[in-house]
Amino acid sequence: MTRYSRRTLLKAGAAFAGASAIGSPAILSAQAARIKIGHLVPLTGFLGAIGSYAQLGVKMAAEEINASGGIMGKQIDLMSEDSVNPATASTKAQRMIEQDGAVLLFGEISSASSLTIMQVAERNKKVFFSTGARSDALRGKDCNRYSFHCDIPNTVMVNAVGTALKQKGMVKGKKFVTLTADYIFGHDLLKAAKAFFSANDATLIGDELIATDVTDFSPYLLKVRQAKPDVVCCNLAGNQVTNLVKQYAEFGLPYPLVGFNLNTGDAWAMGEGNLSGTWPTVWYHTLDNPASKAFVEAFTKKYGKPPENHAWIEYITLKMIAQAITETKSTESDALIGYFEKQTQFDIMKARKAYFRSWDHQLVQEAYPFTVKPKGEMKDKWDMLVLGEAVPAAGAELESIYPTKTQNPCNMKA
Amino acid sequence: MQFGFLLEQVVNGLVLGGYYLLIALGLSLIFSVGGIVNLAHGAFYALGAYISVGITKFLGFGPAVVLSPVAVALLGILFERFILRRFYDADPILSLLVTFGLAMVTEQAIRILWGAPPISAAIPQAFRGSVFLGDFLFSRYRLLILAVVAAVLVGVWLLLHKTSFGRVVRAGIQRPDMVAALGIRLQPYMTAIVMLGVGMAALGGAFFAPITIVHPAMGAEIITVAFVVVVIGGLGSFWGVVIAALLVGVVRGITIHFAPAAGEASIYVLMFLVLLVRPRGLLGERIEKFE
Repeated sequence: MTRYSRRTLLKAGAAFAGASAIGSPAILSAQAARIKIGHLVPLTGFLGAIGSYAQLGVKMAAEEINASGGIMGKQIDLMSEDSVNPATASTKAQRMIEQDGAVLLFGEISSASSLTIMQVAERNKKVFFSTGARSDALRGKDCNRYSFHCDIPNTVMVNAVGTALKQKGMVKGKKFVTLTADYIFGHDLLKAAKAFFSANDATLIGDELIATDVTDFSPYLLKVRQAKPDVVCCNLAGNQVTNLVKQYAEFGLPYPLVGFNLNTGDAWAMGEGNLSGTWPTVWYHTLDNPASKAFVEAFTKKYGKPPENHAWIEYITLKMIAQAITETKSTESDALIGYFEKQTQFDIMKARKAYFRSWDHQLVQEAYPFTVKPKGEMKDKWDMLVLGEAVPAAGAELESIYPTKTQNPCNMKA
Repeated sequence: MQFGFLLEQVVNGLVLGGYYLLIALGLSLIFSVGGIVNLAHGAFYALGAYISVGITKFLGFGPAVVLSPVAVALLGILFERFILRRFYDADPILSLLVTFGLAMVTEQAIRILWGAPPISAAIPQAFRGSVFLGDFLFSRYRLLILAVVAAVLVGVWLLLHKTSFGRVVRAGIQRPDMVAALGIRLQPYMTAIVMLGVGMAALGGAFFAPITIVHPAMGAEIITVAFVVVVIGGLGSFWGVVIAALLVGVVRGITIHFAPAAGEASIYVLMFLVLLVRPRGLLGERIEKFE
């Protein structure tokens, strides 16, 4: 730590007093020279582990932007806090706008917390980029003009995994049991899963709703065994996926376990030999394209481990925001919304470019099913997934795996 | 067939109860002897898990589950000697605050030392899969945990009821003044009880690391259930805690069988009902110093 002499402190005090004496305009202009951005992400609770990756990603993006001279010469002031739960998330979001002077908000992983921040954003007419929440309802019946959604929604995850399962003959005529997180995200994912099952001649013979604070799944696993399904399907989130997979391996049930939701941070925590089956992901650090490779290299150099998908999505989101502010020369909500609603294309380190769909503000992008790499082929402990072909397939419309206007209607008030 | 399924849940609940017991018994002992509600108990559980995962990498699983509780028990000496000892006679709110603070400090320390993302741990190959007994399914690894819990339970019971150490401790719970009058200093006994208590919590952490997520806040997750068990069982009673732990496991299992979504709520409802009928818990004794 630097030690300051009494004299330095005295000078600093004098300078501060002097600045105050000159009056408030000086302070105001000093504030205006920075762009304040409010960032919320769960750092505790069942999503806290992946939230910590998210924070690393956004910090890296902010540092890079500031090091290269900021946005239009202004440095970014990133205010990043633990969103804790839906109620706290909403209180903090309101405070960031009202008292801390945030010009826009972004972050969040929990669909429940994201929903409350979306309401704050709408009330205050400030833009909010929801980076990690996946519930379809947020883009559908709960949508609003000020909220944008970066992660793939539940329907896309179901379609990504479903396509891969269909190719393996694991859907038609098969009996499924689902284990579902008992909050908005899980309910929503189950709805998408049910739609997929009924469209593809599969039957759902059992469905367990599981509270988000459950850490021991043994009673549920016994019920799964009693139901004797062909496939077990995990609709959980965060830590719970890790716990379920570990205990599923512990009990050694004979039915294949697949899932419609997984984040790589949770997969890395599962322990050797525990994960199997087919799962979806939005991005993985082994994706083979130059932009992605450069990002992975820089991130690994900085933090000593590869980026998780939340680190990636936070990184690209802040970069997209910076680009929007630079090109519109504005931090006003209307200007930013207009910019993104033009369906501006962004390079997000994937084969195809992505854009925010104008009518529901969903970032339309590729997704990937993956399976698990055999132990002998892993280069390191992070290298555990084998990505399948990107969905939609190369020739198909990007939007073909996303919910349509009729499936997930969104009515934004102007 | 329905009955068979239910029985399976009951047996599984007993196994789970055994695991709650490892955490709750220490909590109960520390409270009974020292009058301290140790909110930091979960932190020792978490430390036990982290240290065990660390040791497993170098020495394997067997040594890890022995060395990790021993290491945490040694930390327990510092904990008792430099922190708890100052609060035995103080206002209970102070010991609540200090142990709550310690729980947060430990959680952050784990974040700094091991990082915020969860760390990975796996079951040793020999204990994977399940065993069928007739139509019953048991996880092989949970059977191992059950055996360990049973051994610990017998050990602690013998220690408390068949040794001179145990006699002093039990007398100290009821009449510390009389023990003092007989010229026996309770402090070394208290150190031993704290070592035993946090060591058992660490043992629980070490054994549960392979089947649960190992992350900094894992201590906070387990502490609530442990408290529920202690409250249901009643203070000062060895068997009260044992029965309560098993009961909590079984009630949760049966509830999940019939109403999965109510699984976690069921243990609080159980606590509520028990306290309505028996305010001191199932087998709680009247302890003069706490009345």
